[in-house]
Parts: sequence; structure tokens; C-alpha cells
Amino acid sequence: MKLFGIRLPGMSSLIIWGLVWEIIGRMEVSFFVPPLSAVITTLFEVIGSPAFQKALYETAYAFCAGVFFAIAIGIPTGILMGKNRLIDELLLPWVNIFLSAPLTALVPVLLVLFGFGMKSIIITATLFAIWIIILNARAGVMQINRSLLEMAQSFGATPWAAFSKVYFWAALPEILGGVRIGVIRAVKGVIIGQLLISIVGFGALFELYANNFLMEHFWAVVVVLFALAFSISELLAYLERRVSYYAAKR
Amino acid sequence: MAMPQTNHAMDQSSPVTQDIAVSAHNVSKNYGPVEALKDLTLEFPRGQLTSLLGPSGCGKTTLLKIIAGLLEPTAGEVQVDGKAVTGPGPDRAFVFQDFALLPWASVIRNVAFGLELRGIAKTEREDIAEKYIKDVGLSGFEKSFPHELSGGMRQRVGLARALSVDADVLLMDEPFSAVDEQTRRKFQEDLLALVANENKTFIFVTHSIEEAVYVSDQIAILLPRPSRVSDIIRPTGLREKDSHSIRRDPEYLDIVDEIWDSLRTYVE
Repeated sequence: MKLFGIRLPGMSSLIIWGLVWEIIGRMEVSFFVPPLSAVITTLFEVIGSPAFQKALYETAYAFCAGVFFAIAIGIPTGILMGKNRLIDELLLPWVNIFLSAPLTALVPVLLVLFGFGMKSIIITATLFAIWIIILNARAGVMQINRSLLEMAQSFGATPWAAFSKVYFWAALPEILGGVRIGVIRAVKGVIIGQLLISIVGFGALFELYANNFLMEHFWAVVVVLFALAFSISELLAYLERRVSYYAAKR
Repeated sequence: MAMPQTNHAMDQSSPVTQDIAVSAHNVSKNYGPVEALKDLTLEFPRGQLTSLLGPSGCGKTTLLKIIAGLLEPTAGEVQVDGKAVTGPGPDRAFVFQDFALLPWASVIRNVAFGLELRGIAKTEREDIAEKYIKDVGLSGFEKSFPHELSGGMRQRVGLARALSVDADVLLMDEPFSAVDEQTRRKFQEDLLALVANENKTFIFVTHSIEEAVYVSDQIAILLPRPSRVSDIIRPTGLREKDSHSIRRDPEYLDIVDEIWDSLRTYVE
């Protein structure tokens, strides 16, 4: 965007919203909203603390494991659904139900099944992320240029070679799109899992800060979390743009 | 049908003296209630280029894909070297109308892809690919990607890929229809040289009458709904001419006119 002939860098509007936050904070409208400057100061304090680092480690661990399973199971499942009518008919209703279902309601059930621990949180993150990854991989495979498939077939590709050398790469832009949205949902899953268990990671920190009315600490953790989720999403969006020509029609 | 002024072989029942590389016997293909091909019989002489020519919807691409083993005929049989076709095989290579290149692979990997699928070692297949990249005139573009090339260059990659697997039969599905007119003319000249130099059987689908007459040893005219071979034309004197004077040759002009006469009633 251009303002008074000066080219503004991306996300300049964040500065305005930051200012609005600062002003509202200074006006002491609510104890719930401390000034942004105070939050930032606290942020650096909090980042250095062992409690934060432990929470970050636990969250990152659960997040990475959850995303790993969602990708490792989701992509092959989606590709299989896109290629095989029978598997598609069997699984598609479930994928669609789980995609739109309020998964948070399932978390207590997971706790009963898998216990109050890391395992439940990882499964929650996987459950949040996997469905959109499956659907996108499926859509990606279904839109592959027909003549690419015929090409692989006419040169005698084995099913595995066709999968690993053609289908996967031709569907990669859509697959990455799914992974990007899935990763954002996994962040939600991890935090919701931790909050409902409220003994580990950022969930424990949120609980601690909110219960003691440490709003500056609370917001500092929120800002860190948002920034992390946003960076991961932008990185994946960048990768997605890099490979978008893989889906070219010719 | 109008009598031609020239003396090329017109008689469909005349015995073919050449060695037959590919033959289709009573091939039918139905898509549900639609008859795309009906009881089609056609022979393709070895080492020659046969065009399948006809208005759109006449099933010429369907026939080509049946020969390739990509489609199964509803009835009838295709034989390559006397053996019935049951699926794609190393004796046939396909050149696609829309090139069908891997957008994420370099030119050399695309050209070597047929060999890669056959499990040829990387250095060996790249040596072979290198040779055919040079043959089609793309030296220096080995590391380029398809989206960096023009349409004509992309089809050269597709052609090099089909040549590099060294199949006896080359199946070309309107290979020059997606490139511009100048490039197409250059392609047609190059194709004549290719037919003369490579001992391969070419089966060439086109909807351009001029293109078919220019490049073919034998032209099979297909008529639609349902498709059958209405005529087979074998230009006799054009092969000896050099590529520049063919378009001015009386035989060339007569055949083009004659084919148009027989096809015009099928064009809306």
C-alpha cells in the first residue's frame, strides 16, 4: 500500500493497532488490558524465565509430534482417497465430519483414553491438524493434469513410482496449502489440550498468570504464541508459492 | 468422391506389400451408449508415418490411446509386431498434445524420465538424454525447467523423451497443435528428417489436412459417428521431393483438395 507517495512495508497497519492498544492501556479502561509497552517489557522478562522455556519446550515438542503424525498419516491417506474411489467413499464422510466437528469436546474423552499427559496433547494436535491435510492432498491429487498420469502410465510406471515421482509432486502445492492450515490448527490443538489438562506447557502458564491476574505476563505469552504461529504459517505460505508452478497445466 | 488427377494408390483393398508394424483389427470402443469407434481395421507399415486425419470427435485420439495401451477397446484387438496389446509397453512411446512434462523437473530429467521409470542408472540415462536433447536442438537447456521454455521447445522435450526410450513405434497425438504456426512448420520439416533417419513407425494424429499430406507416407481418413476408416491415401511422389518444394507440388495440392472434398460435408 502507498500513503502520501511513500511505499509502506507489509503489515504496517500493525503499528496503528499497536498504538490503539497502547492508548487504551494507558487510559486504564480495564485491568485486563495493560499498555503494550508494559507487555513488551514483561515479554523479555518472561522469555528469559525457566518456566517459560520449559513451557516452550513442552509445547514445541507436542506441536512438532502432532504435526508430524498429521502429515505422515494425512498426506498418504489423502492421496489414496484421491486415487481410489472405494477408499474415498469409505473415508470422505468421516473426514468431513471431523473437519467441522467441535473437536474441543472430544479432548476430555482423549484424556480418559490416553491419560493426563503428553500423549493426549499430541493426539489432540494431530486431530486438529489432520483432516484439512487429508482433504487438500485429496483435492490436489484429483486435479492433476490427466496427461501427466497417462505419461507415467505409457512409460510403464509402477504404482509406487507413479505415486512418488508424479502424484506427490503434482499435488504438492495443494498439499502444502493443507499443511499450512493444518499447522495453524495444530497450534490451537496443542494449546487447547494443554489448557484442558492445565498442568503442562503454555496451558499451565496461562492458567497460572490468569488466576493471579498477571495480565502483562498473560499477554506476553499470547503475543509470543501468536508470533510463532504466524511465522510458521508465513514460512509455509512462502514454500507454497515457491512450488505453485508444479501444478502448471503444461 | 472426386477422381484424383494424380496416380497415387487409392484402392483400400489393394494388398499392402510392406512389413506391417502395427495393426488394428475390428476395433470398437464405446463410452456408455456412445460409439466412439466401430469395427475399425487399419494397418500401419513399418518405418513409415501414418496419419490419422479427421474432423474432431472422429475418435482418432481414442484409436491412438488404444494402440498405446492407455485405453482398452470394447471389442477387437491391436497388434504390435504380431503381439496383442494388453497395456503400455516399451515398444511404444507417446508424444502428448499438451507435452505432459514434469513442471518440477529439469529438461534433462524430463527427457530421461522414461528411462528413469525403467530403472536405468542415472549416469547412463543422462548420457542417453543428452544425446537426444542435442538431436532435437535443445543443447544448453539441459538445466532449464519447462516453464522457462516456449511451447515449441517444450514439445521438443516431449519428443526427445519419446525418442530416448528407443521404442519401435512413436505415437503422436496432435503434437504440433499447441505451438505457433512458424514453429509448427519447422517441426514438420524436422519430422520428415526424423522419419527418414530413424527406423521407426510413426502414428500421427492431426486435424490439419495440409500437415497430414505434408508429413505422411499414408493418410487414414476417419469419419465420425461412429468412427470408421473412410479412405486410405498414399502419396507416392512426395517423399523424394525436398521439404521446401512439397507444398508447391501438384500432387500435394491435389490430395489436399481431394481430402477437403471428402471431409467438408462433416464440418458444421
